[in-house]
Amino acid sequence: MLNLTRVDWLIMLLYFVFVLGIGFALKRSMKTSKDFFQAGRALPAWICGLAFISANLGAQEVIGMGASGAKYGLETAHFYGIGAIPAMIFVGIFMMPFYYGSKARSVPEFLRMRFDEKTRALNACSFAVMTVFSSGISMYAMARLIQALHVFDGLFRALGLAPEGIFTFSIVLSAAIVLLYIFLGGLTSAIYNEVLQFFLIIAGFLPLVLLGLRNIGGWSGLKASVPMAYMHEWKGVAHASTNPMGIEIIGLGMGLGFVLGSGYWCTDFLVIQTAMASKNMESARRVPLIAAIPKMVFPFLVILPGLLAIGLPTPHTTTTVRNVNGVIYHDTTVVSPQVEQGRGLVPAKINPVTGKPMLTASGQPLLDYDMATPNMLLHFFPTGILGLGLTALLASFMSGMAGNVTAFNTVFTYDLYQSYIHKGASDKHYMAVGRWATVGGILLSIATAYAAINFNNIMDTLQLVFSFVNAPLFATFLLGMFWKRATGHGAFAGLVSGTVAAMLHHGLTLPIEAHTGIHGGWIAVIHHYPSDMAQNFWGAIFAFTTNFIVAVVVSLATKPRPEAELVGLVHSLTPKPERAHIAWWKRPEALAAAVLVGAITVNIFFY
Amino acid sequence: MILDLRVPLGLMFTLVGLILTVFGITTNGDTALYARSLGINANLWWGIVLLAFGLTMLLLGRRGQQRLKNAPPEPAEEGHQQRGH
Repeated sequence: MLNLTRVDWLIMLLYFVFVLGIGFALKRSMKTSKDFFQAGRALPAWICGLAFISANLGAQEVIGMGASGAKYGLETAHFYGIGAIPAMIFVGIFMMPFYYGSKARSVPEFLRMRFDEKTRALNACSFAVMTVFSSGISMYAMARLIQALHVFDGLFRALGLAPEGIFTFSIVLSAAIVLLYIFLGGLTSAIYNEVLQFFLIIAGFLPLVLLGLRNIGGWSGLKASVPMAYMHEWKGVAHASTNPMGIEIIGLGMGLGFVLGSGYWCTDFLVIQTAMASKNMESARRVPLIAAIPKMVFPFLVILPGLLAIGLPTPHTTTTVRNVNGVIYHDTTVVSPQVEQGRGLVPAKINPVTGKPMLTASGQPLLDYDMATPNMLLHFFPTGILGLGLTALLASFMSGMAGNVTAFNTVFTYDLYQSYIHKGASDKHYMAVGRWATVGGILLSIATAYAAINFNNIMDTLQLVFSFVNAPLFATFLLGMFWKRATGHGAFAGLVSGTVAAMLHHGLTLPIEAHTGIHGGWIAVIHHYPSDMAQNFWGAIFAFTTNFIVAVVVSLATKPRPEAELVGLVHSLTPKPERAHIAWWKRPEALAAAVLVGAITVNIFFY
Repeated sequence: MILDLRVPLGLMFTLVGLILTVFGITTNGDTALYARSLGINANLWWGIVLLAFGLTMLLLGRRGQQRLKNAPPEPAEEGHQQRGH
């Protein structure tokens, strides 16, 4: 049972005060829509860099990576080593010159400049819908976690309120805070708070990892307590049956590294917006590279807690007998079956109807991996630092939401409202629209969070649909930036057919040990994958390839745009910027090389 | 940019560090409380670390803020027309 004391509340309150304080302090510098939506394009690279990875460090990341660490072991680090870091280097060195240099205010706007109106409209609409739903999902996950951890139970009891209200209270509280600071300070406020959250995550999770490692007996102790395969990132990756994720090297490298990772880090406006807010081109290119440095060490902070949770001994009901001056005492520590049936600190999933642990097809208890990281916090942190840990968790939820909300208000205002609803209004008008779009976006997110309670599968369904839309995206940007012959018709046809290919792939394949439906095979099952991860990666590969081929074929069949219109948008037509005045070691390329060497070293270490 | 982020960042961590340190000192030796953290006074030690981090940031931030006030606004990138300011 969680017992929060006044110190814990004080720390949490302090964080909220600072978050809102930053919003109020920035309010007076919000004079134009550029200040509000683009942070005035005036922020230093290090701030944008830390915000770049923080925007992604939402709940799904912190809880999900811990869960994945518990489920798959160190192989999870591939999401960083293959999935994120190469893509971050690529976007910084090769793509940022076009995003930043084109002066586009959003990623969909870049698509209009490079291709045409319909490609932008398609991307803007799907992106706006996805951001609203994602922030709703994030909110739902947070409220569920707060319920499960009983964070506000004590508060509610003290105030004499019914505990059923905790879900609503959590959602309204987080929504109100995020709304207020974005409403006041726009993107600057969101970025500042993301940096604050970045340091909070380190402050909250580093002592957790240190205590966990100490308890288990250091690195060698951890090695001894988990299966061999869990401790290797690369070993066994050549074949699907020899690694915990059930994915072989080609699917992993192509699917995660080339398609999914790049698709996210190179094209998602949620992260790109922070780089586009920096003060000049060199800074903008440095932003993803700066972000890659902490990204290299983040596996230690977010994956290791999950792995430690699995490795620690499972608590059991124990009775100790003491004999004090002839009087015999029996001390019994009772542990719920949920915990006893689990593994390490990861509890079993309980069937809410029977109250018994749920079993997998092979009779093993089904584990609730999402509780790995939160349970570690509760297990190791005494009151005081526990408040800090929970604050870090809350902060990660809120800043993940905030990134979605600022991306939404920009795309809605510039790409939908200004382009199709009300052209040529005053700057003040668009800023007001942006503020109200923030309110509207958050209200829609709340609606999504509530829909998630009533329809069990809505979260999985939404994430599935997002993956259909996102999987082919990278091909469009790659062709757009590096092939001057690519046309708007080609891009549009490619995007649509890539999404259709992703859907067909999902409808025709199924991971083994899964039932048809949400997991796939809803058309017919013609292929079985060893795991859902493998299905996911291969689906992305199919979507990307289809998009690429269709876009090339249609482009060749349609009229290209005159080259003069594409200067600054396509690599071969853009003059190299004059950079002789910058010493070689200060250039983004030097930083990129250093990051690459660092990333390879980390991968060798985890081999 | 009108607010050097390191100022609020440093201030927040200084305060969190202070709270944890003071709480750690007052609860030092409470074995029941620190059984979870393997007998280590996690509040005291981590409080000191955060306090040091917060103060460093605060110091750097105040210097940066001073520079922001004194120096003329940074020149816009070549070829860019600075709008809105």
